[in-house]
Amino acid sequence: MVQTIAERRRSLGAGIAALLAVALFVGTAVATLLLWDGDQSASRLFSAYTWRILQFTLWQATLSTLLSVLFAIPVALSLTRRPEFPGRVWIVRLMALPMGLPALVGALGLVGIWGRQGIVNGGLAAIGLEQPVSIYGLTGILLAHTFFNIPLAVRLLLAALERQPAEYWLLSAGLGMRPLSVFRFVEWPALRRVIPGVAGLIFMLCATSFTLVLVLGGGPAATTLEVAIYQALRFDFDPPRAIALAFLQIALTGAIIGLIALLPAATDTVRAAGRKIRRFDGQTANTRLWDAAIVAAAVFFIAAPLASVLAAGLRADLVKLVTGSLFLRAAATSLSIAIAAGMIAVSASLAIVSARQAIAALPARSRPMRLLSTSLAGTSSLVLLVPPVVLGTGWFLVLRPFGDVGLFAPYLVALINALMALPFVMRVLEPALDEHTRQISRLAASLGMTGWPKWRLVDLPVLLRPMLTALSFAMALSLGDLGAVALFGSSDLITLPWLVYSTLSSYRTNDADGLALILGFVCLALTILGTAGDKENENA
Amino acid sequence: MRGISTFLLAAAAAAFAPFAAEAQDKTLTVYTYESFISDWGPGPKIKAEFEKTCACTVNFVGVADGVALLTRLKLEGAGTKADIALGLDTSLISEAKATGLFQHAGVDTGMVEVPGGYSDDTFIPYDYGHFAVVYDTETIKNPPKSLKDLVEGDASQKIVIEDPRTSTPGLGLLLWMKSVYGDKAPEAWSKLKDRVLTVTPGWSEAYGLFTKGEVPMVLSYTTSPAYHMVEEKSDRYQAASFSEGHYVQIEVAGILKDARDPDLAKSFLTFLISPQAQDIIPTTNWMMPVAATTNPLPDAFGKLIQPKKTLLLGSDEVAKNRQAWIDEWLTAMSRN
Amino acid sequence: MHDGIVLDQVELTLGTAGFLFDCGIESGAITAIAGPSGAGKSTLLNLIAGFEQPRSGRLVIAGSEHTRRHPAERPISLVFQDHNLFAHLDIFTNVALGVSPSMRLTAADRANVDDALTRVGLGGFGRRMPGSLSGGERQRAAFARALVRRRPVLLLDEPFASLDPDLRVQMAKLLVDLHQETGNTVVIVTHDRDEIRRVADRVLVVEQGRIARHLRKAEFFDRTEPSAAGM
Repeated sequence: MVQTIAERRRSLGAGIAALLAVALFVGTAVATLLLWDGDQSASRLFSAYTWRILQFTLWQATLSTLLSVLFAIPVALSLTRRPEFPGRVWIVRLMALPMGLPALVGALGLVGIWGRQGIVNGGLAAIGLEQPVSIYGLTGILLAHTFFNIPLAVRLLLAALERQPAEYWLLSAGLGMRPLSVFRFVEWPALRRVIPGVAGLIFMLCATSFTLVLVLGGGPAATTLEVAIYQALRFDFDPPRAIALAFLQIALTGAIIGLIALLPAATDTVRAAGRKIRRFDGQTANTRLWDAAIVAAAVFFIAAPLASVLAAGLRADLVKLVTGSLFLRAAATSLSIAIAAGMIAVSASLAIVSARQAIAALPARSRPMRLLSTSLAGTSSLVLLVPPVVLGTGWFLVLRPFGDVGLFAPYLVALINALMALPFVMRVLEPALDEHTRQISRLAASLGMTGWPKWRLVDLPVLLRPMLTALSFAMALSLGDLGAVALFGSSDLITLPWLVYSTLSSYRTNDADGLALILGFVCLALTILGTAGDKENENA
Repeated sequence: MRGISTFLLAAAAAAFAPFAAEAQDKTLTVYTYESFISDWGPGPKIKAEFEKTCACTVNFVGVADGVALLTRLKLEGAGTKADIALGLDTSLISEAKATGLFQHAGVDTGMVEVPGGYSDDTFIPYDYGHFAVVYDTETIKNPPKSLKDLVEGDASQKIVIEDPRTSTPGLGLLLWMKSVYGDKAPEAWSKLKDRVLTVTPGWSEAYGLFTKGEVPMVLSYTTSPAYHMVEEKSDRYQAASFSEGHYVQIEVAGILKDARDPDLAKSFLTFLISPQAQDIIPTTNWMMPVAATTNPLPDAFGKLIQPKKTLLLGSDEVAKNRQAWIDEWLTAMSRN
Repeated sequence: MHDGIVLDQVELTLGTAGFLFDCGIESGAITAIAGPSGAGKSTLLNLIAGFEQPRSGRLVIAGSEHTRRHPAERPISLVFQDHNLFAHLDIFTNVALGVSPSMRLTAADRANVDDALTRVGLGGFGRRMPGSLSGGERQRAAFARALVRRRPVLLLDEPFASLDPDLRVQMAKLLVDLHQETGNTVVIVTHDRDEIRRVADRVLVVEQGRIARHLRKAEFFDRTEPSAAGM
């Protein structure tokens, strides 16, 4: 990468600013809670109970991550092997849907399929098996976590495979490689580069899981640290204990993610030529059958619970729901927050990535610079481990002296959502930005293009699509999020997931199903926006 | 890159233009839980009726539930904007008092009648409900007739309960078991454990699983069937009457020490237990009224089970032992 | 029977472009495919390699019919302009994949690979990663792989287009040298008249999806204006 000193300074400045902003945002919340003069003590922190839920948290997260990645690999491979078949783009879009679903909606959808009265047990009963298969317990948790995370992993792995030069597939065919050799020499090396990152992301999501673990866990033996933090803050109101638990969560999960990151991963030095991917390997009847079976199984696994949400939702009076004033307000609020959160996440990611690029381009990287680069990467990924309830409560305390917290709430929720979306957005934008920089930095430098003209003429046209993808990712996340809103809840701040919950808590199960369906449709629309014109790659 | 970031942030800020402050001269701010003020909850009607009489504006602020309400007050401390906190329940009263944020209500509760002999001069009850096991008559032909039946009955007939660490009904069942079994509660929990399909974080998740047909029994309220009878014209879901009696949840409201207009607050609480407001509660909050109503309750309420005995532990006792009892519960329920 | 490559009324439509190739490519010679951009040079190569399937017609390579065969079953080695090496595998592995695509190598195979590397001037480069090599060195490695594959036909798709002029001369010489050793049939798509002059025995001129002319090199340079052909 070629940069003028001014450009480098600007990139570094933006990155440091983003880093400081994140640190300040999290740090202020934590510090405020720590300074809270509570009458309870955190003496019970390292009880046997804490130890037990810690073990369970890590154990279920490890299993969930392994299963999600393990099952996502064949799906991503099959989808890459068949770059063109009718409906493929819709399957890829389907993979983006679970992300935007509130956990409870997903859980009820899963129960509709895998539950005691679900179609799977119905089928088993029809063939004479009386004893229903129970999903409650670890099985249910794993089922739910794989439902939410296999699609995520598939999208990220697929993007990595599709970044391979098209010549690789032609060469493998030309050399007569059999599927096993293609896997060993082409596919696995490409996957290996991204699996640590993908696994780390999923591990964090599963370790901090809350509703899914409780609803499907079958009892308090299934409890995550996140539940304990929530309990400490919301039920016992013991901020020091909540913070201590949050630190425990960040430290241990962070350490494990650090370990995952240490796995040897070759750097991606290939530059894709943008040639259309065509596959001539794996065209035997057996591989076709295998691919069809794998893709069909994945589609069933993801689509069936969604179909159950759809079936339930259609029973509600949708027209009446969407024209209700409360719904319209909630939708407007949710969308405003989602747009703001998405834009903040995208801008912050751009700043962080360009700072990392600037550091990587330095002729000699000093230790502080390397440290900065690592903190930029680390912050943007580990921020997912900070429980939203900690951020929300901390900032509530900070802002209270300055007026009605209800007024600040939407901004805060947007910031918290943006923070949670940061790791996902980074994963979409970083490869795209790296690739773009590799391609244009010399040319732009030789033409003397910098600043705004470069951004407008050179960067934006190319980066618009990955930015839209990232934006839709972040928006879907924000739309489905309930956690950040919960504490502020004022009559001014009603979001769609909040409305789903509140409808449900007023017995209106039908309306709640309908609202969940609408929320699903909004996420689908966002996904279509994010994958618009998606033909070649970058569809993470 | 900085140019674009600033631009995006500005756009983000612009997106929030709709959130504007509202200011009124004579305003009563009521902190409550979300479902109280939802479109179908009692909030909008109560607000409209009260505003007719007071020449003021009622401003509801809704948080997740009664527990979140107390947390919110603790967080805000003396500076709270709330004049009234509405939606705490009996098990939280001791803790709420300990905050020192409330003042004597000074409301005449002469006509208020709640089971369990509750009376307090700070926290005024406005509705109540007995916890009950609600079952699906299409699946369960012989519902349990007592808590003992439930604990020792057929483990293949599952129940979904709420988590006492995160929800008030969950805590309610914990106290119910404690009232009935006393020191033997852990043993009872270990027996009940096999019957528990899952433990959800809140009432909504549990009731959702129940109405989806996933589980034939759920811990809810004696009044729950009334909703289905009134709104869905269905007798399918019924509450089981337990011979040991039912634990009661009494919902209360209190006036904050720093209420801007204590008289206005007091008149709101007085209104809350007046027949006019009590008329609204049953079919919007799906709880029992605490005082006389102008109109008779809908027929459905007459068909509800009437607990023979009301169980209620003192609020101080609950506050003192809650943690220990929850630990007990955790140990019993986590055992394999 | 023709030992080289025969395209017998091979027809194909891609989008709106129609192609019809009918020609023979001489065995043991180096044939350059020339013609304007978009005329169908690469399509012709893809048809021979099996990356495109003709709608009708017959393709015969070294005496046997290959019209519907999978690319791997054709007696062919390929060299592209770029990405001929898997960037994450070392040079030795990249070349050895030409011997056994599952890397089951005997000692003799390994010796062959080392020998091929030496012949293309990359002796001792086996453990290096492609990223640490120059563009010319990477193409040499691709040649080494073609050598160890011992296929009678070598297809090259603008193999030197991204190299600088000096290097092109060197690589052209290497190609000719290797060809003299192996005597295989070489088909090279190129834009570069000098390259045709340096390596080709024969020239196929493709225009508008058809073989416009099939000439000896001397005829090609006699008949075309210096500026018109092959560009």
